[in-house]
Amino acid sequence: MNEMFQGILSWDFIASGIRVTTPILLAALGALIAESAGTPNIALEGIMLISAFIGVIVSGFTGSLWLAIIFGVIVGTLMAAILAYFALKLKTDIILAAIALNIFASGGTIFFLAMLTGDKGSSASVNSLLIPNVTIPIIDKIPILGDILSGHHSITYVAIVLIFVVQYMMYKTPLGLRIRAVGENPDAAESVGISVVKTRFIALMLSGFLASLGGLFLSMGYVSWFARDMTAGRGWIALAAQALGGLNAFGVAAGSFLFGFTEAVSYSLQIFDIPYEFTQSLPFIITIIVLGIYAWRKVKASGKLNVSNSSVGPTEK
Amino acid sequence: MADNCILEMKNIWKIYPNGVVANKDMNLKVNKGEIHALLGENGAGKSTLMKILFGIEQPTKGEIIYEGRQVDISSPHKAIEYGIGMVHQHFMLVPSLTVAENIILGMEPKKGLSIDIDQAYRFVQEQSDLFGLPVPSKEKVKDISVGMKQRVEIIKTLVRGANLIILDEPTAVLTPQETVDLFNALKNLTEKGKTIIFITHKLNEVKEIADRITVTRRGRVVGTADVKDISEIEMSKMMVGRDVDIRIEKEPAQSGEKLMEINDLEFTRTDGVKSLKGISFSLREGEILGVAGVEGNGQTELVQIITGIIPREKGRIKLNQVELPKITDPGFCRDAGLSHIPSDRMERGVAADSTIAENIISDRFKKVPFSKNGVIKWKEVYGFGEEMIKEFDIRTDSARTEIKMLSGGNIQKVVVAREFTAHSKITIADQPTRGIDVAAADFIRRRLVKERENNLGVLLVSADLTELLEVADRIIVLFKGEIVAHFKEVKQINETVLGEYMLGIKRMSSEEMGDL
Repeated sequence: MNEMFQGILSWDFIASGIRVTTPILLAALGALIAESAGTPNIALEGIMLISAFIGVIVSGFTGSLWLAIIFGVIVGTLMAAILAYFALKLKTDIILAAIALNIFASGGTIFFLAMLTGDKGSSASVNSLLIPNVTIPIIDKIPILGDILSGHHSITYVAIVLIFVVQYMMYKTPLGLRIRAVGENPDAAESVGISVVKTRFIALMLSGFLASLGGLFLSMGYVSWFARDMTAGRGWIALAAQALGGLNAFGVAAGSFLFGFTEAVSYSLQIFDIPYEFTQSLPFIITIIVLGIYAWRKVKASGKLNVSNSSVGPTEK
Repeated sequence: MADNCILEMKNIWKIYPNGVVANKDMNLKVNKGEIHALLGENGAGKSTLMKILFGIEQPTKGEIIYEGRQVDISSPHKAIEYGIGMVHQHFMLVPSLTVAENIILGMEPKKGLSIDIDQAYRFVQEQSDLFGLPVPSKEKVKDISVGMKQRVEIIKTLVRGANLIILDEPTAVLTPQETVDLFNALKNLTEKGKTIIFITHKLNEVKEIADRITVTRRGRVVGTADVKDISEIEMSKMMVGRDVDIRIEKEPAQSGEKLMEINDLEFTRTDGVKSLKGISFSLREGEILGVAGVEGNGQTELVQIITGIIPREKGRIKLNQVELPKITDPGFCRDAGLSHIPSDRMERGVAADSTIAENIISDRFKKVPFSKNGVIKWKEVYGFGEEMIKEFDIRTDSARTEIKMLSGGNIQKVVVAREFTAHSKITIADQPTRGIDVAAADFIRRRLVKERENNLGVLLVSADLTELLEVADRIIVLFKGEIVAHFKEVKQINETVLGEYMLGIKRMSSEEMGDL
């Protein structure tokens, strides 16, 4: 038992937690932007998967890391654009369209993988590149702090910076204001000449962009190959992290870290004699519990019944 | 006069794809700097005409001449470009954003990549000073009053360069004091050269504020006149095409047994304000008890508690000898013999996407003859729906019409049709005629009186004092959550007397009030 806690509380564990959090965080930031615009993007899972696949294939076949990143991001963003086109232009239900995209991503990646490599399980035969880690000079020499702060994957640093960028974008820039306005009262936005469709289109594409970074991290940082359905529910957990953090990027980041670290715990526990099925399901169990508590508190907070008529209030002169 | 004309709408036709003709060859001429009232019943075509002017709808035929040239207003965006602004009945505001953010939305001042929020506050301050419309620019819209929201909407149109502002029934949601403030603000705007089109169906408002008036009826323009040359009676004749008898003849009340007893009712709102402070009264068979008060003095809470929508904090309620449990629900109250005409018909009165007949049977669809063995008998349902359409004079082609296709007055008639055929002994009518046309309002008032003649009880909450004085047998006045007056002989008082109690200038002692 003691051993177990030592494992969990080690500095390596923290570093691994940060690593596991990265893809969830990126997708969750994407979920935040889409949710703010009133168009929840539940295709994050599929977008991550496709970007992960494209990254590996492009780097394997061209040998260029930059091309891999660029194509991975473009295809992921394009996926979101397709979702936006279906939902906003063709007026399909956004949830159904996203489910279709997720199914397409799962099946499509396997299909193309088999077509290109002959293998339906993973891209082990493709000699794919890795996006490098970054060692921060000086800091990496400091014991403990160096372990925690330095030596992470470059996308991890990008993700941390993006927390601030997204928060700034949402709450300080005209685009953020418009996204929030469109999400909360589209008629109000339309009445002042803001195009609701265009704003939502942008928001969805931004969410796709962020999720695609998460996908690239999975296949070109976390590991160096693509495996079928390798996102393994991270896109869904990201949605849970967003729900937990609300429409605030810092809150969403906190939610992502909670889930990331839970997942890291489940990995640490694997070395012990605990059934594999249990440790694997831990992140999902935590997701359900946390969302349950969150929803319960929310209901309780608003439970003091509001008189529904909006005009009730002291009529001051 | 011709060179003074800012807007001319010529021979406007609007025929919807479903065949409904909203505008038949309508003409409207508005002079620069005037307040022009567009008067008409619900469904008279005035709102459609204004939607065409603001680019929300496209006319089937006709032309618009604005500031001397023919214009094609294909979208609200285009209308704003031309200098036409509109304040909708339902506010186009984002609740969680601040007043300033709502005003600058879409035209944000920038500093680098960011919104220059200080500049935004300065700008809003400047503009609100300029037009004499003070607003709390840093507060969130969800925290400000309805009157304030409307002001924000007016500023929104002004900062976008509107010279012609359309206001769609602006006073429907306002308290009397807010209405006074609005009227002052509008007069102030015309002095600054702005032109205002004011959609309404309240004659007294037209008389008070408008310079000229155009009356519409059933999709046509009946006439245009200078307000000073025309009396309210003439206006109402033009509007309805017949005389509306605002007097309601009725026999003195023959009140019987107590139907509803309210004892020491208390309620505290989430914001900590005690909105009901120990209210006791009873309602008897064969009477209409009026509840007067400035909005926000506890009426809404009172109605929602009695109808089981919110739980009370303290006190007892007896409906038809049935004691209401503390935690209850609207279904229980209905079973105890209560009908409820809610103040917000779209929120609590109807399901907008359902048909007329479905709405009418929504409280009894489980009962014979509308369902048998758990299966709904649609033939019965629609048969009954058609009957109700005739009996309650609902203007539509069929009971299969969706509620959202109807005008406000007709929607209210659907609500009334359901509530008055529920065979309840008690009816709670909360603002039953607000925002609906004269004829429909008159119809509903007569039905309320008929209820009473059938020995049933009605609790009538209304902001319309004339209505209360005409319809009610007794009136109680609520002020800050307390009953401050009780009039047993309504015929002997008038609006002024009621007003003094409503505003808290006077209050009665418990001896004066007598038995409530």
